[in-house]
Amino acid sequence: MRKRGIPLITENSQSYTFTRRAMVLGGFQAGIAVLLAGRLSYISIAENERYELLSEENRFQLVLVPPRRGWIVDRHGQPIAINRSDYRVDLIPDQLKEPERIIPQLAQLLALPPEEVERIHKELKLAAGYQPVAVAENLPFDKYAAVTLRLPEMPGVAPLRGFSRFYPEGAAVGHLVGYVGAANKEEYQKEKNPLLITPGFKIGKEGLEKVMEQRLRGKPGAKRLEVTARGKLVRELASVRDTSGGTLPLTIDAGLQAFAARRMGEESGSCTVLDCHTGDILAMASMPAYDPNAFSDGISTSEWKMLSEDERRPLLNKTLNALYPPGSTIKPMVAMALQGAGVDPSDTIFCGGGWRLGNRFFRCLGRHGSVNMHRAIAKSCNSYFYAMGNRVGYDTIAVMARKLGLGVKYDLPVVSQSYGTVPDSEWKQRKYKQKWTASDTLNASIGQGYLIVNPLQLAVMAARLASGRDVNPRLIGTGKAAAPIDAPPEHFETVRKAMWEVVNGDGTAGRSRLPFPDIAMGGKTGTAQVRRITGGQRGQSGDWKYRDHGLFVCFAPTDNPRYACSVVIEHGMGGSRAAAPVAKDVLTYLFDKEKAMQALLPMEEAWGGNVAQRMQRRANQWLAANGKAPGA
Amino acid sequence: MTTNSLVPAPIAQLPWKLIFLIIAIGTFGGLCLYSAAGGSIRPWALTHFIRFFALLGVAVGISYISPQRFRDLAYPAYFVLLILLVVVLVIGVVGGGARSWLDFGPIRLQPSELMKPVMVLVVASFYASLPASEIRKWSAIWPPIALTAIPAALIILQPDLGTCLLLLFSVATVMFLAGLPMRLFIGAGVAVAAAIPIAYNLFMMPHQQKRVLIFLNPEDDPLGAGYHITQSKIAIGSGGLFGKGYLNGTQSHLHYLPEQHTDFIFPAMVEEWGLIGGLFLLICFALMFRWGMAVALDTKGRFERLVVSGLTMTIFFYFAINLLMVMGLAPVVGIPLPLFSYGGSAMMTVLICLGIMMAIDRDNRRDRRGL
Repeated sequence: MRKRGIPLITENSQSYTFTRRAMVLGGFQAGIAVLLAGRLSYISIAENERYELLSEENRFQLVLVPPRRGWIVDRHGQPIAINRSDYRVDLIPDQLKEPERIIPQLAQLLALPPEEVERIHKELKLAAGYQPVAVAENLPFDKYAAVTLRLPEMPGVAPLRGFSRFYPEGAAVGHLVGYVGAANKEEYQKEKNPLLITPGFKIGKEGLEKVMEQRLRGKPGAKRLEVTARGKLVRELASVRDTSGGTLPLTIDAGLQAFAARRMGEESGSCTVLDCHTGDILAMASMPAYDPNAFSDGISTSEWKMLSEDERRPLLNKTLNALYPPGSTIKPMVAMALQGAGVDPSDTIFCGGGWRLGNRFFRCLGRHGSVNMHRAIAKSCNSYFYAMGNRVGYDTIAVMARKLGLGVKYDLPVVSQSYGTVPDSEWKQRKYKQKWTASDTLNASIGQGYLIVNPLQLAVMAARLASGRDVNPRLIGTGKAAAPIDAPPEHFETVRKAMWEVVNGDGTAGRSRLPFPDIAMGGKTGTAQVRRITGGQRGQSGDWKYRDHGLFVCFAPTDNPRYACSVVIEHGMGGSRAAAPVAKDVLTYLFDKEKAMQALLPMEEAWGGNVAQRMQRRANQWLAANGKAPGA
Repeated sequence: MTTNSLVPAPIAQLPWKLIFLIIAIGTFGGLCLYSAAGGSIRPWALTHFIRFFALLGVAVGISYISPQRFRDLAYPAYFVLLILLVVVLVIGVVGGGARSWLDFGPIRLQPSELMKPVMVLVVASFYASLPASEIRKWSAIWPPIALTAIPAALIILQPDLGTCLLLLFSVATVMFLAGLPMRLFIGAGVAVAAAIPIAYNLFMMPHQQKRVLIFLNPEDDPLGAGYHITQSKIAIGSGGLFGKGYLNGTQSHLHYLPEQHTDFIFPAMVEEWGLIGGLFLLICFALMFRWGMAVALDTKGRFERLVVSGLTMTIFFYFAINLLMVMGLAPVVGIPLPLFSYGGSAMMTVLICLGIMMAIDRDNRRDRRGL
């Protein structure tokens, strides 16, 4: 540094200062140059690998190729759920610059109803980043092409060719297979799988589609795209093929399933058919149902509203999740329990229209005179079961009920099952802190009171009675014959004979014999009260929702049982009237398809068309009643 | 290099070493512009070459002018440019968000660019006229500050922060070399350092604050304002030692690198030529600045040495700010890489600067011969 004091500044000293300071600047320049060279070397040598990767990441975009969903097929390989080629249009929120201009333009090109436009706006508000918002699916090619052509002027619009799930049988398999839909935010959060937010990718939302999701989904493929900074495709590079999801073979007989669903007609209820040796579920129809195809396209709010407001509850899987008092259908099971407890089948009871317990008189539906076990089942005599139930006690019967599959939750690939109640004294104490009474026994002995079951359990009970085997229901693959139940075969024989009588002899379901000379069906009708009997009201008239349920369990052929079946018709008023005829036709289908179809077609004509046609008509009626335009 | 029978004296007397360096840089720039356009002489490479060689001719022409003429013309040129700067503000053409151009049909003139060498000439001229004993007085300080403040204010109004900064740096360099007391510069440095946080909090718009924050950590906002720096570093870093090969840069060809023909031409070049290419260019520039400083130290006249060193530093500031910026060591301000980037105005400024320096060098050597 320069000296303190007053410096003498001359031309010379100034020149010296200049030289010195120029050297400083030269040093500064050299310093910057070294800094730059060092930084340059550092970035291009030490950080080369990292930046090379980043440059590749820039340049290449990995695009997931969604796998095709595995098929769901029936026991014979006939498809139940397949994939159809589908043209669709999505919006990518992050790339959408002028929604006010583009959405109306799209709505016009695709002829979207105002309801859909509203939905798109709403979803767009909730959508984050690159999660696509569906504009329209299942587009005809010309509309898809119309959008593709105008793509350059519509940034953020993504037309796509993909696959959509298709269920050829529609509503007939609705509750069985469930449906698919685009993953929601929670589902994505849970799995963090980028595949879930790929446009058009659907996951199982209900039924088998949901439970078997991982098996059906498959593995996504990938495409490497070289793109410019503005997202323009330069070229497509090697890609990894996607692996389709595995085919899921069901125990279901698709033809039988469809027939059962159609045969239910306008009724609300369920029909379950089992192979009574293996437990294979051949049909599990619950009607009315939703059309799963409607869900895979994305269901509209009004469609959803219509379904959820319908008193016949089309959203409820009635085979698994509806619970009913089984009524008289459990009498064969009670008969098994009685025999097990030492009641001789030939023991008789006198039925004079009911049975007295203390000062209460428990009514029978008729005056059956002297009845033994065989006749009590055939005529469905309550008095016999009141008396005998009272004799052995319900705790004994409950054991047999569980042994035959009531009150049991089965190991099935389903989203949920309600398994009802098989009551006993211990249960009542636990639940109500009350002692089990003799009148509880009487009510439960005729399938009322605390006893509630689901239709699948009734079918399993029928299957176990029919085969004497400890069958458990199965939905996937094919099973082996189950082991025999620990009970004397002659007990089963007594019960089966009585059930033969119900249908083929002097029984309650005499009108529902199978139309074959050599094949007979054994069964048991049931009628379940929906509300308490008051005055003259016996649940046989009045408002639909207060009428009794009609139930029927059966098996065939009686000489060597192969199939077991349960039918529940909600508010059908009686088992013999509503449920047994359905069972008859469904079992007929198993032995002679043509004969069964011949019976069905005139019925469908009377109901006003097949399932899809009737559903469409109902939907239009609903829309009209709610002031909306009918759908396509 | 006195007499040579084969080469005529006027040609032999040209500073060939410098001219080769200039041609090396300009040609290399042209090659990179050809690649940046995806292997096409349009829209940049052809124009760049034409402009470059034409202006190089002008620079050689300027080198024949006597230094005394520059000193004579400094103030008149300064006033003419001041008037043009005012005219620009009134009727100028808006380009890139700033009103900085005058449109004369085929020629678009940016007066702020020409102001840089003229400012150096004016300030150098002022200190050359100032008696040596006055240098530590107040009268040595305020005139150049006033002379600089007016054009600086007019330029910042355009607004063109980059050019304004370059102007201030150049003037400060000349003042430093003129021998103003050291404490002034230290004091000013401290004042600027203290003013930065205040200016940041009080005077900067939110988007400017954001720019500063992002400069400090560009990865925070890779798609937004940090995009330039991130992509620039990716281009440089992915080149490695030898680069991806000429015409093979993906960052530039797929447009990940923004403004790859002007401010970010250097990363586009390094991506294809690697560290080797980058160091080659750095060395060319370093030799050029060494030449400039050597000429300044060789020169006797006070005006001449201040001009040569001031102009060298002007070009150096272009170079340093641009490269510090593309390597993520300085915030993004729009300053091109001299002679290398596409763009006429900066090239004209730089070649005029070089022309003046060559003129002084020529005069210098003639004096020496005369001795």
